[in-house]
Amino acid sequence: MNLNKVFGLYTVGFIVVTILIGIAEAVFGLPNRVIGWIFMGLSMGIYLLIGIVTRTSDADQYYVAGRGVPALYNGMATGSDWMSAASFISMAGALSAQGFSGLAYVMGWTGGYLLLAVFLGPYLRQFGKYTIPDFLGERYGGHTPRLIGVLAAILASFTYLIAQVTGVGLIVSRFIGLDFNIGVFVGLIGVLFCSVLGGMRAVTWTQVAQYIILITSYLVPVVVLSFKLFAIPVPELTYGRLLERNNQAALRISADPGEKATRAKWAEEAKALGEKLKDPAVPEAEKEKAKAAQAVANRQAAAPAAEGARLEKYLSVPTGTGMWNFLALTFCLMVGTAGLPHILTRYYTTPSVREARTSVGWSLFFIFLLYFTAPAYAAFARNAVFTNLVGSKISELPAWVNLWAPAGLFSVVDKAGDGIVQFADFVVKSTDFVVLATPEIAGLPFVITGLVMAGGLAAALSTADGLLLTIANAISHDLYYNVINPKASLIKRLTITKVLLITVALISAWVATARLAIIVELVAWAFSLGAASFFPALVMGIWWKRANYHGAVAGMLVGLGTTLYYMVGSRFFGVSWFGTTTVASGVFGIPLGFLTIWIVSSLTKAPSQQMQDFVVSIRYPKTGGASAAIDAGH
Amino acid sequence: MSELTQEQKESYWRYNVRLTTILLVIWFVVTYLLGGVWAGALNEITIIGFPLGYWVAAQGSLAVFVVEIALYAKLMNAKDLEYGIREEG
Repeated sequence: MNLNKVFGLYTVGFIVVTILIGIAEAVFGLPNRVIGWIFMGLSMGIYLLIGIVTRTSDADQYYVAGRGVPALYNGMATGSDWMSAASFISMAGALSAQGFSGLAYVMGWTGGYLLLAVFLGPYLRQFGKYTIPDFLGERYGGHTPRLIGVLAAILASFTYLIAQVTGVGLIVSRFIGLDFNIGVFVGLIGVLFCSVLGGMRAVTWTQVAQYIILITSYLVPVVVLSFKLFAIPVPELTYGRLLERNNQAALRISADPGEKATRAKWAEEAKALGEKLKDPAVPEAEKEKAKAAQAVANRQAAAPAAEGARLEKYLSVPTGTGMWNFLALTFCLMVGTAGLPHILTRYYTTPSVREARTSVGWSLFFIFLLYFTAPAYAAFARNAVFTNLVGSKISELPAWVNLWAPAGLFSVVDKAGDGIVQFADFVVKSTDFVVLATPEIAGLPFVITGLVMAGGLAAALSTADGLLLTIANAISHDLYYNVINPKASLIKRLTITKVLLITVALISAWVATARLAIIVELVAWAFSLGAASFFPALVMGIWWKRANYHGAVAGMLVGLGTTLYYMVGSRFFGVSWFGTTTVASGVFGIPLGFLTIWIVSSLTKAPSQQMQDFVVSIRYPKTGGASAAIDAGH
Repeated sequence: MSELTQEQKESYWRYNVRLTTILLVIWFVVTYLLGGVWAGALNEITIIGFPLGYWVAAQGSLAVFVVEIALYAKLMNAKDLEYGIREEG
C-alpha cells in the first residue's frame, strides 16, 4: 500500500481515538489511570503490529531497511530516533530553570545537523556500508580502526541507552502507577519486539509512527494555551509577550518585602545547615542529606533578578566562564549530533545520495518543530507559576498544583508562615513538571495528559530502539562477522544480532533499575564521546585522502582518551581545565583528535593509491552505493 | 552515466567546497557570535517582547539551520543534474 495513505490513515485514526477517549472522559468520567492504560496499550500495540508486519531476515532489509526509505520518512524516523526522553520531557523544564544558558541544548541539538549535512551524510551514503565501524574498517584498512569504532559505538550508545530506559520507567510508573522496575521491563518489550523481528526496517517504520504521536502530543497543549491567552495559536510567536510579563514579575518579586522575608528564612536555613556540616560529630549519611537540603535552601534564597537589573537572570546572557561553558557545551552537542552512530546509520537507508541530502533537511525540520517550541513551553509554565500560583492563599492552591504536587515534582511550603504563596515558597524538585503539567495549566482534560504520556513514551522507546540496534550490529556485524568469523552465514549473524539485542536490553534495564544519580550527565557524556571519537576520523576519512590507518587509530584513541579522562576527572576528582563543566568534556578531545590524525598521518606512509582514488571518487555521486534497492518497505 | 572529465570534476568539487564554506561561516556567526558572545549586547533590543539575543539563541538560529540545510540539498541536487549525475539504482 501507498506509504502516504498508510501514515495518513494512521494519523487520522490516532486523532479520532484521542477524541473518543476525551468524550468518554467527559461523559462517563473515565478515571485518569484507565486513560493512561488505554494510551499505553494502544501505542504499544501499534508498535508491536508494525514489528510483526515488517519482520524480515534479509541482510539489506535488516541492517539498512533495504536502502529504500524515502527522504521524508527517513527524516521523520531520524527525528524520533533523535529526540529522546530528555528532549521531550526534560528539555523545556531545563530551560525554565536555566534560562539563557539552557539554550545551549536547543542550538546544539539542531545546529549539529548542518555539520552532518555538509560533512558526512551524503558521503556516507555514497560509501554505502552498513555501520559506522564498517566505514572506519573499509576506509582505513585493518581491524584496529574498526574495533576502536565498535568500542566507541558501544560506549556512546550504551551511556545514552541507560538514560532512555530510565525515561521509560519514569513515564510508565508516573502515569499508570506501575512500579519503576516493572515499568522498565514493560517498555523494553515494545522496543525488543520491533528490533528483533524486523531490524532496521521495523525500527524505521515504528519510528515514523512514533514521531507522529510525539510531535502531536508536544504541540497540542502549548498551542491551546497560546490560543487561550493571546487568541493566536502560534506559541513561538506569542511567548515574547510572556517573557516580558515574566520579567516584570521577576523584578517585582526581587524587590517585594514579603518575598524578601521568605528568602531571608531560606538563607537562615542554609546557614544553619552550613554549621551542621562543619560539625565533625554529625554522621556521614546525615551530612549528605544536609548538603542536599542546603543546596535547595540556597537556590530558594536567591532572588530571580539582580538588584537594579533591567532583565531577570533568566534572560541574561552569562559572561566569563559562564559564556565559555555555554559555547563549549553548544559545540560538544553539535559535533556529537554529527558523531552519534545511531543517527549516522540512518543515512545509509536512503535510496540515493540526493535523497540522503534531502533527508537531512527533513530530519532537521521535524526536529526543529519540537525544539523551536520548547522555549515557549518554559515561558508558559513560568508564567503560570508567576500569575496563578504566586500570591494565592496556601489554603486555595490552583488545580494543577494540587494535581501534580503528590507526584513529588514540586512542593509549595509556607516558609515565612504568612499564609500566602511567595515565589520562594515554590520548591521545584524536578523541572519535568513543565511539560507534564502544561495540559492542566491550559485547563485541558486529562486525555491530553495521556497523550503527552504516549508522546514521552514514544520518544524514549524510539531512541532506545535505534541505540539497541546500533550496539547489537556493532557487535554482530563488525566484531563477529568482520573480525572473528567472516564465513558466518547470514542466518547465524542475524541470530547472534537477535540474541545480543535481548542481552543488551536486559543489561541496560538492570543498570537503569539502579537509579543512578547522574542521568543528566550521561546524556551529555554520550555526545562528547561520540563527538571526540567518531567525528574527526569520519570527517578526515572523507575529506582528506591522505588520512591513513595510523592517523585514524591514534586520533580516535587520543580523542576518546582525553574525553574520558576529563569526564571522569571533572565529575569525580576535581580536575578542571579553564573551569569547563563535565557535560562539555568533549571540547578538548575533538580538536586534539583532528590534530592527531593530521600529524600522525603526515608522518607515516600514505594510504594505497587505490584507496586515495576511491576517497576522491565518493565526491561524485554515481550509483546508489554498494547495494541499492528500490523496495520502499511496503 | 557518462564519465565526467577531469575539468568537470574539479569545477563540481570547487562549487561544493565553496557552498560548504559559506554555509559553515553563517552557521558559526549565528551560533557562536550572535547567539553566544554578542547575545548580551543584542539583548538591549526588544522585539515583540523578545530580547533579541535570547531570541536568536532560542528561535532565530534554529530557523537559519533549517534554511541552510534545505538550501544545501536543493543547490547540490540541482548541481548533480546539471553535471548529468543521475544516480540509477
